[in-house]
Amino acid sequence: MSVKYDVMVIGAGVTGAAIARKLSSYNLKTVIVEKECDISFGVSKANSGIIHGGFHHDSSTLKSRLEVKGNLLFDQLKEELHFPFSRCGIVVAAFNNDEMRSVEKLYENGVSNKAIGIELCNHERLLSLEPKLNPDVIGGLYVPGGGIIEPYRFVFSLMESAKKNGCELYTDFKVIRGVQKDDYYEISSDDGRMIKSKWVINAAGLFCDEVSKAFRAEQYEIKARKGEEFLLDRNATAYTSKVVFPAPSEKSKGMLVIPTVEGTTMVGPTADMVDDKEDCSTSKENFLKIFSSARRLVPVVSERDIITSFTGLRPSIEGEDFYISPSEKIPRFIQVAGIQSPGLTASPAIADYVKDLLKKQGLQLIEKSDYDPNIEKVPRFRNSSHEEIDNLIKENPAYGEIICRCESISEAEVIAAIRQGHTTLDGIKFYTRAMMGRCQGGFCTYKIMKIISRETGIPMDEITKRGGSSWLVNKKVGDYPVGTEI
Amino acid sequence: MKKINKEVLVIGGGSAGMAAAAQISEKGHSVVIVERESTMGGILNQCIHNGFGLQRFKEELTGPEYAEKYIDIINKLDIEQYTGTTVTDIEDKGDHKVVYAFSSKNGMLTIRVRAIVLAMGCRERNRGNIGTAGSRPSGIYTAGLAQRLVNIDGLMPGSKCVIVGSGDIGLIMARRMSWVGAKVSAVVEIQPYPAGLTRNIVQCLNDFNIPLYLSHVISKIYGKDRVEAVDITPLKNGMEMTEETFRVECDTLLLSVGLVPDNEVSQKAGVKINKETNGPVVDSRLMTSVDGIFASGNVLHVHDLVDFVSEESQRCGAYVCDYLDNREEESQYTVCSGSNIKYVIPNKFTAGRDNKFYMRSMIVKNHAHLVLTLDGKEIMRKKQTHIQPSEMITYTLKKEDLPLEDLNGESRLEISLVGQGE
Ligand SMILES: Cc1cc2nc3c(=O)[nH]c(=O)nc-3n(C[C@H](O)[C@H](O)[C@H](O)COP(=O)(O)OP(=O)(O)OC[C@H]3O[C@@H](n4cnc5c(N)ncnc54)[C@H](O)[C@@H]3O)c2cc1C
Ligand SMILES: Cc1cc2nc3c(=O)[nH]c(=O)nc-3n(C[C@H](O)[C@H](O)[C@H](O)COP(=O)(O)OP(=O)(O)OC[C@H]3O[C@@H](n4cnc5c(N)ncnc54)[C@H](O)[C@@H]3O)c2cc1C
Repeated sequence: MSVKYDVMVIGAGVTGAAIARKLSSYNLKTVIVEKECDISFGVSKANSGIIHGGFHHDSSTLKSRLEVKGNLLFDQLKEELHFPFSRCGIVVAAFNNDEMRSVEKLYENGVSNKAIGIELCNHERLLSLEPKLNPDVIGGLYVPGGGIIEPYRFVFSLMESAKKNGCELYTDFKVIRGVQKDDYYEISSDDGRMIKSKWVINAAGLFCDEVSKAFRAEQYEIKARKGEEFLLDRNATAYTSKVVFPAPSEKSKGMLVIPTVEGTTMVGPTADMVDDKEDCSTSKENFLKIFSSARRLVPVVSERDIITSFTGLRPSIEGEDFYISPSEKIPRFIQVAGIQSPGLTASPAIADYVKDLLKKQGLQLIEKSDYDPNIEKVPRFRNSSHEEIDNLIKENPAYGEIICRCESISEAEVIAAIRQGHTTLDGIKFYTRAMMGRCQGGFCTYKIMKIISRETGIPMDEITKRGGSSWLVNKKVGDYPVGTEI
Repeated sequence: MKKINKEVLVIGGGSAGMAAAAQISEKGHSVVIVERESTMGGILNQCIHNGFGLQRFKEELTGPEYAEKYIDIINKLDIEQYTGTTVTDIEDKGDHKVVYAFSSKNGMLTIRVRAIVLAMGCRERNRGNIGTAGSRPSGIYTAGLAQRLVNIDGLMPGSKCVIVGSGDIGLIMARRMSWVGAKVSAVVEIQPYPAGLTRNIVQCLNDFNIPLYLSHVISKIYGKDRVEAVDITPLKNGMEMTEETFRVECDTLLLSVGLVPDNEVSQKAGVKINKETNGPVVDSRLMTSVDGIFASGNVLHVHDLVDFVSEESQRCGAYVCDYLDNREEESQYTVCSGSNIKYVIPNKFTAGRDNKFYMRSMIVKNHAHLVLTLDGKEIMRKKQTHIQPSEMITYTLKKEDLPLEDLNGESRLEISLVGQGE
């Protein structure tokens, strides 16, 4: 490729996508590269989806400042990007005096961070705010500004917006080397492609350390802290009206009960350091741990309602704060590393922060005259009234084919996902929610495979769950020697 | 947009829906069937093995052949059918119901009826429901999905399989996968007895030398992109014998770990659900807790034989007609599960006629007795040569065997299974 980009963002998680979108509003040639076959397949797909309330960390940290700023940006972002988001509020529940004291500390953090509307509550007030809480609660904290989003859908929307404004995306592009030339870098992928860019932003999540090394920039280590979570059925009685936190411990925010924005309930996450940065397995011990802590908060949480579980790995770095800074070893290279919780919340503020750093470092930023912050809204069958659906079907009959029965996802939505470039089962799952409900794809997987094949021409045996060797069917019946019927 | 006015709506065109609709139509009432797939027949369409219809038609048919017989019946009766149409909501307006359904052809259908038969069938339990630890690669399928891929789409979900759970679909798929050239290394069942019918153990596993590991679990799944192996661990007294764990390489895991009645739409209408069956609570006429809404087939409780589904649904159709004709059922009394019984359907009985019960055992035993007690007093006892959870038990309590004089408003009939001499 002979084009020279102004800026390359490495890593298309929420951090990279937010930065790419921000940069797409300026007169710059921007490119974002991602090693997986689709975006948001890293940490940004497996987290709690909470827009944090600005009270967990004290105001001396960069992450708490960006958390509070980021939180405030979500209302406008939702207007522009139509991802599911609700400011449902957060409660923190204390069950004894020690816990109440640590809740009071959170309150002080919140006040100094200027978290809007934060209040301390007694037993009665807290229970009236969240009636499903364990009645043994003695009091706690209420943070009305906290909320919940669908994280992958947020990333998809950011990326769609960035692309609409001219940012280019290369998937399956794993950066293995960055070589400094005169006023630019030559960045190579593991399959031999090469892209030139003047500036580079390292937003590679768990692998920021490797990318940094590949450019001979700073040496540091990102370690993975694993979090397992369980998802409960839409009909579970455990669905609370607010996010419920326990009083925090030294190490983590604890295991919580989360009403997801799409109506399911999530419990978790755990927090354990692991060596393998690709270890997304779940374990039995953690299952027991999560359910006992969740039940302490909300007694009606039941294993009976589990529909699936998943694991996310927090990219943790020494000092546990965000590390967002121009490299001191090489020019025009910005490190955006250690973006663990509240990374999702902070992401829009991180993007602003990075933009300011670029400007300070000398990148000329001129606003695009034709920048359009809005993307098209794809109506969802599930959120439309009967009459709206009737009209949608008239315009596009594919709205009348319900593909995923558990989540009420129509064929039109699946096709929209494919047209946005999501051609694996997981990509379509995260875009549409098909296969995410209680049957976990038991009924619709084959239908979705057929639609992918029909829309893209990819043969059935080349469709994957999420790229690589995650194939779904390998041969046709009859390709194997057939046994004798008995 | 389309408006439909009928006496009855049947939701689901599987064997249950078709049998109920046929009965209703034969008795002179107007009925419409709405089916989400493009063809009638439901799950039968993918069950290309035989073993259907021995009781109902006295001949051995494949699933599609069995479905065909009913499709002929409903077509001859000229029953109105909407395929490719999904019901999403039911509104209960007291003396009538308004139902909303959608299809690409007609847009929204608004269906106004006096009565509804729920016949939506069931879905398969999946990995999340059984909480298997390990990674989450591709290659983990429910057995029914694999059956669909192989039998209808002609696609191989993999070549080296391990099957989790010994439900009938899993057993049938063990044989099917062997036939099409895949290797099936193990069937792993957590219980000390198989979950499927004995005839399927013999015909699908023994005949193919596929080992069945009873009292074993899959303790871990390996593989980043695609399944690479699983750990199998024996259980002793419910505890995992970790040191006896062994690993089996495979690229595919098929789950046959049970079926769950599909009652999303029913619940939206306010129908009460029974925790044991996951189907609606029904009275002696198979009517749910909502007046005018009936249920039969797998949506009510999971059946092992289609013949029973047809029988139950035909009766259900007749009860619907009684309801439409304002023929009141005589007083109803409570039925409950006694010792060793997982559930009994229906949950009420009537003094006015014979009562047919379907039930499932919680135990495996040779030579047991089915015992019926009315308010603590034994009224019937019947020998069972063999009972096991996977084989449904049926029992008809004859009207003349009911001590009518002992019945009062609070009367409870309890059905139990006891060992011989107990
Ligand atoms: C269990 C859990 C719960 C959480 N809950 C919350 C919450 O409730 N609220 C909140 O605000 N935050 C939460 N977080 C934190 C949040 O998820 C992360 O901060 C955020 O997703 C990080 O996004 P990212 O874009 O930096 O990383 P990622 O999403 O991992 O993106 C980095 C991308 O870079 C790609 N990449 C890596 N190496 C290369 C390479 N060499 N070449 C090209 N591409 C590369 C990766 O494939 C990946 O897609 C949670 C995290 C976890 C693990
Ligand atoms: C894989 C498998 C193997 C079996 N093998 C045997 C065997 O060998 N011998 C035997 O006798 N029996 C067997 N059975 C049992 C028997 O065939 C089934 O129990 C029976 O066919 C179920 O009938 P049903 O009508 O209740 O459900 P289904 O056949 O599942 O029909 C339900 C129908 O409702 C439709 N529906 C659901 N929701 C909606 C909605 N909202 N709107 C519109 N339509 C809807 C579905 O699309 C489906 O067509 C087997 C069952 C299975 C699952």
